[in-house]
Amino acid sequence: MEMLNIFIRSIFIDNMVFAFFFGMCSYIAVSKSVKTALGLGAAVTFVMVMTVPLNYLLYQFVLKSGALVWAGFPEVNLSFLSFIVFIATIAAFVQLVEMIVEKFSPTLYSQLGIFLPLIAVNCAIMGGSLFMQQKVDAMQLTSVWESVIYGLGSGLGWWLAIVMMAAIREKTTYSHIPAALKGPGIAFIITGLMGIAFMIFSGIQF
Amino acid sequence: MSKMEKEPLFSAKNLKYLTGPFSANNPVIVQILGICSALAVTVQLKPAIVMALSVTVVTAFSNLVMSLLRNGVPARIRIIVQLVVIAALVILVDQVLKAYLYEVSKQLSVYVGLIITNCIVMGRIEAFALANKPWPALLDGIGNGLGYGLILVVVAFFRELLGSGSLLGYPIVPESWYIAEGGFYSNCGLMLFPPMALIIVGCIIWVHRSRNKDLQEK
Repeated sequence: MEMLNIFIRSIFIDNMVFAFFFGMCSYIAVSKSVKTALGLGAAVTFVMVMTVPLNYLLYQFVLKSGALVWAGFPEVNLSFLSFIVFIATIAAFVQLVEMIVEKFSPTLYSQLGIFLPLIAVNCAIMGGSLFMQQKVDAMQLTSVWESVIYGLGSGLGWWLAIVMMAAIREKTTYSHIPAALKGPGIAFIITGLMGIAFMIFSGIQF
Repeated sequence: MSKMEKEPLFSAKNLKYLTGPFSANNPVIVQILGICSALAVTVQLKPAIVMALSVTVVTAFSNLVMSLLRNGVPARIRIIVQLVVIAALVILVDQVLKAYLYEVSKQLSVYVGLIITNCIVMGRIEAFALANKPWPALLDGIGNGLGYGLILVVVAFFRELLGSGSLLGYPIVPESWYIAEGGFYSNCGLMLFPPMALIIVGCIIWVHRSRNKDLQEK
């Protein structure tokens, strides 16, 4: 039940885009066609499912105050290093994924080519890890499986948002939008309205 | 500018790096960068101003450092070098905020850490600092940080004024106007929710682009 709650919550209620504005830059830039949005969303979800648990383990067993008990340093608190460790994990992981994809599936690589390096600086990924840290401190995430579920849910929420946005933007290509609002202006307003619609999910619990 | 040197510190060209990002080349509403953190911290004016200053410091110094290092870093590993420089600066900012502005730093929560992945910082390094001398790079960093801050402050101004009836925590709407006191006015609670920040930015883009016709899309 706890797992299901975390899952539903991270997709709908704490949606990365609508509730926290994470990953807005690529969300606005890449949501012009549904096909590319699907590709980027899949890549972001995958990276998130992997990096959130990795960073969870690093935080739980190395960085947190009192985490180094197993190594004989119960007094050490390295949590001020968490930013640099998280971003290093993410950048290294993205690099690794890029090399693996390039080696084993050149077609997928050429499809995702531009997006893969962009993922390293997608705030949704870093945001996922930072929220994970906050939730660990607040005792809301207590096991590595919950962090996997949290990463998966957050990634899927972002994926859902960018695909919905791309579908709407494809439809608005032929609409009469005031010249000054075309492009990013109307994209922001649509996202805002979608966010208001998503507010109906708040309070869902199992 | 009084002494006519070879290249004065504030020559017209250098000054343009500083002021360009305020309007014509604004990072948020024209380059569409760094929106993630721009919106989340704008419920009140005070955290927005602190956030704007933090981002300005990080952009300015990361631009300066990367511009100094630009000939020594091989292109293949530059992303990771940039991330290390930015992350080190953000950790410094975070520790300073925690030490001197603890309340605001609690309000900003994860968004301080997110300056690392703020596309403005990375984008300006890639687009400007790696190809320019340290002094213009520093000015460009300060300009972009302030341009970002400008949007933050405008959004936060409207959200705090309409959502809480105050500015910087000081009440602006007279107490007697409220319905509870027998008046006619009540705050717009929707302004405090995330979606309204997006709509306000959309409206700012609308106003800005109707005044700058060359920015409009086709």
